[in-house]
Amino acid sequence: MRKGVRNWGPPLLLISPTIIILGIFVYGLIAVNIQVSMTNRHSLVPATEFVGIDNYIQLLTEDRFLHSLMNLAVFTVVFIAGTMVFGFIWAWMLDKGVGAEGIFRSVYLFPMAISFVASGVVWRWLLNSAEGDRASGLNRIFESLGLGFLQNSWWNEPIWGMAAIAMPAIWQLSGYIMALFLAGFRGIPEELREAARMDGASEWKLYRHVIFPQLSPVALSALIIVSHMSLKVFDLIMAITKSIYQTEVPATYMWVTLTSNDYAKSAAIATVLLILASVLIVPYLIHTARAEKSNR
Amino acid sequence: MRKRMSLLVGAVAVSVALAGCAGGNAGSESTSDSGDENQVEVFTWWASGSEKVGLDALVEVFAEQYPDIEFVNAAVAGGAGSNAKAALASRLEADNPPDTFQAHAGAELSDYIAADQLQDLSAFYDENGLTDVFPESLIERLTVDGKIYSVPSNIHRANVTWVNSSVLDKAGIDPTKAPADMDAWIADLQKLKDSGVESPLALGTEWTQMQLLETVLLSDLGAEGYSGLWDGTTKWDSDGVKTAVDHYSQLLGFVNSDYTGLDWDAATQILIDGNAGYNVMGDWAEAAFVQAGLTYDTDYTTWPVPGTEGVFDFLADSFTLPVGAPHEAAAKDWLTTISSAEGQKAFNLAKGSIPARTDTDASEYPAYQQTAISSFANDTVVSSLAHGAAAPIAWSADISSAVGKFGSDKDSDSLIKALVAASDKAQG
Repeated sequence: MRKGVRNWGPPLLLISPTIIILGIFVYGLIAVNIQVSMTNRHSLVPATEFVGIDNYIQLLTEDRFLHSLMNLAVFTVVFIAGTMVFGFIWAWMLDKGVGAEGIFRSVYLFPMAISFVASGVVWRWLLNSAEGDRASGLNRIFESLGLGFLQNSWWNEPIWGMAAIAMPAIWQLSGYIMALFLAGFRGIPEELREAARMDGASEWKLYRHVIFPQLSPVALSALIIVSHMSLKVFDLIMAITKSIYQTEVPATYMWVTLTSNDYAKSAAIATVLLILASVLIVPYLIHTARAEKSNR
Repeated sequence: MRKRMSLLVGAVAVSVALAGCAGGNAGSESTSDSGDENQVEVFTWWASGSEKVGLDALVEVFAEQYPDIEFVNAAVAGGAGSNAKAALASRLEADNPPDTFQAHAGAELSDYIAADQLQDLSAFYDENGLTDVFPESLIERLTVDGKIYSVPSNIHRANVTWVNSSVLDKAGIDPTKAPADMDAWIADLQKLKDSGVESPLALGTEWTQMQLLETVLLSDLGAEGYSGLWDGTTKWDSDGVKTAVDHYSQLLGFVNSDYTGLDWDAATQILIDGNAGYNVMGDWAEAAFVQAGLTYDTDYTTWPVPGTEGVFDFLADSFTLPVGAPHEAAAKDWLTTISSAEGQKAFNLAKGSIPARTDTDASEYPAYQQTAISSFANDTVVSSLAHGAAAPIAWSADISSAVGKFGSDKDSDSLIKALVAASDKAQG
């Protein structure tokens, strides 16, 4: 018995501050948030009654919120596809062997060192939608290159505008995905490739049956990391367009309702975001936990 | 090699985590030292530019009038006041109010009033004779259920059309003569467009669109009809509103294509650069024209938005007395200073706005402000929507979103439906 305490006592003591702080500031506050979202606290006046899931029903039947979810969906799809494709291609090319690999690696990774807000301010100018005489940013570049037909209104486009907002995010995160894939490529022993070639596998078959299966855990992690970043995108949008209807996503909508003192609604949006994020991340955590167990 | 790569990945992962944390709020929280009776903590978002200069001038007058009281500046910078409002909300929530805080005068205060966070200042108005020196229609706009909760420090006008004279001259339009109504103005805009000006009307982001819509509503409904929108006597699906929405939608046909992304100053710059003929903006735009070295009446001129002649669409900054203010007496002294003739003069000359008092000598102010001062004294005063005077925050946020949506889908019916819904929600 005493030996038992000796075994688990000190570690528990060591992690207990973390447990307590997380318990209060993460899980405790999540509980408070959910509680607020189920009240009628729509102004500075304290809540008077418990309304259950009314706020959620209203939110999910509201055109504006559905529009923000739609925007988020467009952004997420383009962002994930863009980072995965560019990240993979860059990693593949570096893995094939290029001179000055270190330089390329740094160049691709550098954008990540910049915060979304800082790059957002620059992209706000690059993605300026004015055309013709007053054009600036990318439109100006297109025009001076004689590619005037490429000018477009970027994020001003009603439905696909969010794809333009995804461009800076792709630019920033592709390097990170590249690093993940490159590590994945390097983790595949050379012997496996040689063995496959000895057996007469074509280059495509080599990738299809040897490389890709080994890369899939890396791809899954990359996917999870990128998609959860996409769900909470806020700073980039605030920096490029500020909080306007056209580029509204749940996170910016939440900020608008919070600053107009509609606490119950903004808590409800926060909870919806939390649920969306857990839908993605919890299965991943379970998957990795299982994988670790079976490895042991 | 493999080891180095995994180091790299590790470093990258750490930097992502750090980047995630960097988004935290860097705003400083100053807590008042309530032990000292002779101080007043003043909460504003006047932290830069002409607003900061104005506040400094005000503090100077305050130091002369009340040399014993220490001024504690609790300004929160950034976000055109949105950062400050968030910080303020949490302080009020924690029962730790500043002695006085800045807020837009009018309906934007209604949230604080409903939550019993503000003290009634009607007695203060009587004591200082403010009811006599502020215009009656302003007092009317400030009064909620027979009580007044804030003291305005400066007045701005929202229904101003800024006109680039040379652009209009080139198209053969007389810049000094304002069109009589919306239809006449739209005809002029068309003329300007036909003469080769690609975007005759400069426009900016969502709140500037809302300001344009509010002036069109004012033009088509008249002062009384417009004010009725906020107390329920004018219906949001009435024919007047429909006409206004129709006019507004025609106006959007004349604006610069990149308007959704421009802040007001960038939109005004289009006008200054001569790429547009008109811009509807509040009179803080005056500073931009002066800075660009243009002369009033020769290079640019202003008139009320067509159809709003004789109406003053006002917005104002004002100061309040929160419930539980630690230094109530000192806070009242501060309110006395900002409402005094000297205080208003010092502040408004520095900020470029006009005083709320009507007993000022207009000749001390620059050319544009002189016209505004005389209009303010004589015109009917109505409340601006885009700047918090007309509607509570939640209501104007709903309207803002509806206007933003209209900017992308140009669907008048859905705009009117959204406006009706917003009004129903706000008025219960």
